[in-house]
Amino acid sequence: MSKLVISSIGPASSVQDGGRPGSQRYGLTPGGAIDRLALAVANTLVGNKTFAAAVEIGPFGASFTAREGAVRVALSGAPRNADIAKRSVAFESSVTLADGETLTLGFARGAAFSYLAIEGAIEGEPMFGSLSVNARAGLGSPYPRPLQAGDELKVAAATGRTERRIELPAAVNGPIRVVLGPQDDEFSDEAKHLFLDSDWKISGTSDRMGYRLEGPVIKHLHGHNIVSDGTVNGSIQVPGSGAPIVLMPDRGTSGGYPKIATVISSDLGRFAQIPTGHAFRFKAISMAEAQAELRKFTELLRSLPDRLRDIENFDLNLEALQDANVAGCAVNAVDAATWQVLSPDTT
Amino acid sequence: MTAALSPPRLLPSGDSAITVEFSRNIDDTANQRVLALDHAVAIEAITGVTETVPTYRSLLVHYDPVQIGFDALGEKLLALARLPVPAETSPRRWRVPVAYGGEHGIDLEDVAKALKTTPDEIVARHIAADYRVAMIGFTPGWSYLSGLDPFLHMPRRQSPRLLTPAGTISIGGVQTGVQCLAGPSGWHLLGRTPVRTYQLHRDPTFLLEPGDHVTLSVIDHKTFAEQDRAAEAGELIAELIAS
Repeated sequence: MSKLVISSIGPASSVQDGGRPGSQRYGLTPGGAIDRLALAVANTLVGNKTFAAAVEIGPFGASFTAREGAVRVALSGAPRNADIAKRSVAFESSVTLADGETLTLGFARGAAFSYLAIEGAIEGEPMFGSLSVNARAGLGSPYPRPLQAGDELKVAAATGRTERRIELPAAVNGPIRVVLGPQDDEFSDEAKHLFLDSDWKISGTSDRMGYRLEGPVIKHLHGHNIVSDGTVNGSIQVPGSGAPIVLMPDRGTSGGYPKIATVISSDLGRFAQIPTGHAFRFKAISMAEAQAELRKFTELLRSLPDRLRDIENFDLNLEALQDANVAGCAVNAVDAATWQVLSPDTT
Repeated sequence: MTAALSPPRLLPSGDSAITVEFSRNIDDTANQRVLALDHAVAIEAITGVTETVPTYRSLLVHYDPVQIGFDALGEKLLALARLPVPAETSPRRWRVPVAYGGEHGIDLEDVAKALKTTPDEIVARHIAADYRVAMIGFTPGWSYLSGLDPFLHMPRRQSPRLLTPAGTISIGGVQTGVQCLAGPSGWHLLGRTPVRTYQLHRDPTFLLEPGDHVTLSVIDHKTFAEQDRAAEAGELIAELIAS
């Protein structure tokens, strides 16, 4: 048994896994990792189950120290500077911290959340089958709250296995795809076009419950109060202000504002990773296209173990070195209050 | 043979859920059809359906589109929605104690003033109803009750409160409800119950099911304090009463 001690960590960082679906009829939100593909990639690299519990790390820096034994970890999601004792660490590769070594992470660059998976996964007491932190409901393990400096995660001692990297297909780019509805008939065609043809930005007041959008005012046809009905991850509610809110994994299970559209499942993680202040657009696609995309996404998740490659000689691995160089070249300053990227800055 | 039921609307909620909408309004008949469909879907055990969420007027059906497509599932749901709504057969009926007014119901006096009556009459009317749990949602255990006396219908507060206490019993619009966890609310706070509709390490974790009936009874603030301690220790406090 080893321990991973949180030496330092910023806000919006917590233990997350695949969440706890199944109790939404009682008002319990499913929660879970905000970027499922990134969670799955990190877990696959250390040989864990796809959606095992890992550390979801918010936009700020963090550092983790191995105690009482070696700990194998892997990073995925938002890129950032990462090093162990001044040696750069590549994302999407496993790496082992010797007892006493510290992994130091900088600010997220160009995305919001990174994942740190730990070989053998994090130990905890599942609640409704999940360790995911949902602070409002008092759920989560080993701590039912976001992580703080000094917290300790019990983890398995690292095995002596060869380190691994993963070959992923090119990341999907372009607009965030949505399926219109369930209440798109509460909006005029003009309002729907405005929603689909405008640039949007994610507001700094966003969190794991919902991402607030900044852009044009979307007006309702019949007012903004509807009788509460069920929500899903990616529901795009339009409250009275006309500023849409995209519901995220810690959402309320029901809501009383009209929902103009829903982000497709396979784009949810990509959407969650958009940094505040960064312009993006939505694009409406058909149900058939959305479900075809979800089948592709499911297939990608299934294929992850086949995409692993052993890193035969870690020190001389060119790709790993290249990744490390990329990771080491640029840091953006981030406004602490808004997560806003202030200016590019090379170090 | 009952009159043909109007078909619900099937509304896409993204690629993995369908909203089966019976009404746009808070409507008791629609809610009974929602609960009947919820029950029918559970019995039918449709391959690919992962979870259902009943609300006042619609049933949200989560599904795995790798196992069943939108059209195929929609057809099955429409067929089930055509079945006559069975009569309620001995629903569970809970007695839930409430301490009204004072620090536990800070809006009781204002509600009485707004409705040009006394706090006692507000309480008398609020406990007289036979409520049904129309839906549970928003936060764990937040139980929306249908059956509020129309005399007590009043608009929500202009500005919602950011924090209202756990166990709050409140009214808003045509609705009343039992709020389990402390949280924001725009409703008028009439009282508090020591009953936890959600408590993690208790069996059952969730006390109420959609479709359960609820009768409210008055307790004084001293009893509230005693029962609140007992509830914290894991007692249900709410009692099942014979129908």
